Amino acid sequence: MSALDFETDVLIIGGGMAAAWAAIAAAQAGADTILVDKGFVGTSGVTATAGPGHWWVPPDPTLRAAAIEKRQQTAFGLAEKIWAERVLETTWRSLPRLAAYYPFSRDGNGQTYYAGVRGPEYMRALRHYALDVGVRILDHHPALELLTHTDGAVAGAAGYARLARRSWTIRSAATVLATGGCAFRSGLIGSRTNTGDGYLMGAEAGAELSGMEFSTIYTLSPAWCSTRTLPYTAARFFDGAGAELDIPPPMTDRAHHWALAMAMLKGPVFADLSEAPDALKPILRRIQPATIAPFERRGVRLFEDRFEVKLFGEGTIRGTGGLRIVDDDCQTSVRGLFAAGDAATRELVVGASSGGGSPNSAWALTSGQLGGAAAARLARVQGRRTGERAHGRGRVGLRPTRAAHAVDEAAAIDAVRDEMLSYDKAFWRTRDSLTSARARLDGVWAELAQHRGAEGLEQVAARETAALVATARWSASAALVRNETRGMHARADAPHLAPDGARRLLVGGVDSIWTRFETAGAQADLSDIAA
Amino acid sequence: MIAHIFEELCNGCQACVSACPTHVLEAGAQGGPPVIARLDQCQTCFMCELYCPQDAIFVGPDQTGPEAIDPAAIKASGLLGQMRRDHIWEAPAGDLEPLREYWKLGPYLMEGAQIAAARYAQRHPKKTVP
Repeated sequence: MSALDFETDVLIIGGGMAAAWAAIAAAQAGADTILVDKGFVGTSGVTATAGPGHWWVPPDPTLRAAAIEKRQQTAFGLAEKIWAERVLETTWRSLPRLAAYYPFSRDGNGQTYYAGVRGPEYMRALRHYALDVGVRILDHHPALELLTHTDGAVAGAAGYARLARRSWTIRSAATVLATGGCAFRSGLIGSRTNTGDGYLMGAEAGAELSGMEFSTIYTLSPAWCSTRTLPYTAARFFDGAGAELDIPPPMTDRAHHWALAMAMLKGPVFADLSEAPDALKPILRRIQPATIAPFERRGVRLFEDRFEVKLFGEGTIRGTGGLRIVDDDCQTSVRGLFAAGDAATRELVVGASSGGGSPNSAWALTSGQLGGAAAARLARVQGRRTGERAHGRGRVGLRPTRAAHAVDEAAAIDAVRDEMLSYDKAFWRTRDSLTSARARLDGVWAELAQHRGAEGLEQVAARETAALVATARWSASAALVRNETRGMHARADAPHLAPDGARRLLVGGVDSIWTRFETAGAQADLSDIAA
Repeated sequence: MIAHIFEELCNGCQACVSACPTHVLEAGAQGGPPVIARLDQCQTCFMCELYCPQDAIFVGPDQTGPEAIDPAAIKASGLLGQMRRDHIWEAPAGDLEPLREYWKLGPYLMEGAQIAAARYAQRHPKKTVP
């Protein structure tokens, strides 16, 4: 099939809420804007299948200061108040703009309820809004690699149109990566396509990542199907013999999940929801229809029968790591490349603790618009540079260094899942476990780099596997270097905060991985640490 | 995982082929019903059901592997189209009914957590819940 070639001012890669807000902002700033998504804008990613609440605080200085202060306490020195202020203000001004596309209802006090939105309706609204402001949406157009100019600036991307079965190339003046986080193929609802593609494409072009050690967070669901969690917060838990387990309540967060994980390492755990709020039971279907379906269709009575549960890993989705942001425009360390949503680090707002729920959504909305608008400005100032040559930067999965032959990709993904998601390895990290994870994942990476070649549609899966392995390697590397326990990153062999640990940890490199604390000094090199 | 496309209900619009975020479906030949071509990529997100105007798709509840279903029994169960009805997916613009109860999500989530916290405190009278 022949290739498709386009040029544009701004290219947005990704199809969730950050990508949609970025595209809207770029188009409203007057830029020709193309959005390419691996899936379909409206159903892709973890927002579409969820119900994001946004961090929502009225513009009252006292209320805002209190909300920001509260977040600072769990950020462990890694967040910046100025970013929290920006995110709160942008969110407050933005959501009401969706009123023409989303049926905002009233809250219990007769006010319009803006803060929380249901995923499928929200993403459908953002799609319509983006189309109305002139964004060109290309669904099922996964990007495979970034293109760069000889001076290193990003020049666009290349990919594969999977319904049309054709390669595509898009040259752009500025590019926004909004490809989401990485759940390491945990089965978390909506996350199958969240394989860390943007991290890999960005790192190949020279971008840095930050906070990749903050990638150990989980969500409770029935063992057979990941859902949202509304009905489970009052759950009682039992072991296989029917004895009740002593599990700290959900608001303790880490203690709750640690106790559940500990029990699950011993055997199956069952939940009993009979003590859920009575008023919730008849209307859950009106709030989260997709949470009902896996029970109804299996013949399990949600609030009456005991059912097996497990923890689904969220990786960097409700973790906080991602591409490093270097300025107020959400630019990465590579010129012409911006990052938004879960593709970017969220440490700036929530530090070392999860921004799951409202701060992450507010960040996605805000970083999308900041990155989209800045990309449009860069396009206006600099022009498209389409007369210059550009080079594809993707390698693993596309251009093997030795003879291409079959590589066991299922085994590669199993290695990622085992090292990143196993409860014991994630909740009780040690220098030994992380060193062994690194060695195993490096071996997987070398095999892919040397021998995995793919053509046509198969390139999409090959690149997903490469991105999963790369993301796992960065996470393990950062977790190894952060020799302390901070926020969600827990080291069983270093269970306290280190006195000099309130610094963001950067990681990058593709074949050879480097790490560096963001503030001057304290250079860490993995080869030294492993020695 | 997606279990069945009811060919007698399908109008061949291929909306599900576009809507599926994980590329499970292949367009049907000559506008016929789509084919479940890559079941291993299904994440049980129910989005294909939501985007099917004919209520012709049934997604099984188990994301861990394929499930055999009895199409006649599914049809008789009344579950076809349940996701679209629960969402009130095709409500006209301006109709606030679809999200009327949605604001209660946060309060009920919190109320459930408080129930668990009170129970835990009763079990551990001397311990402070962090």
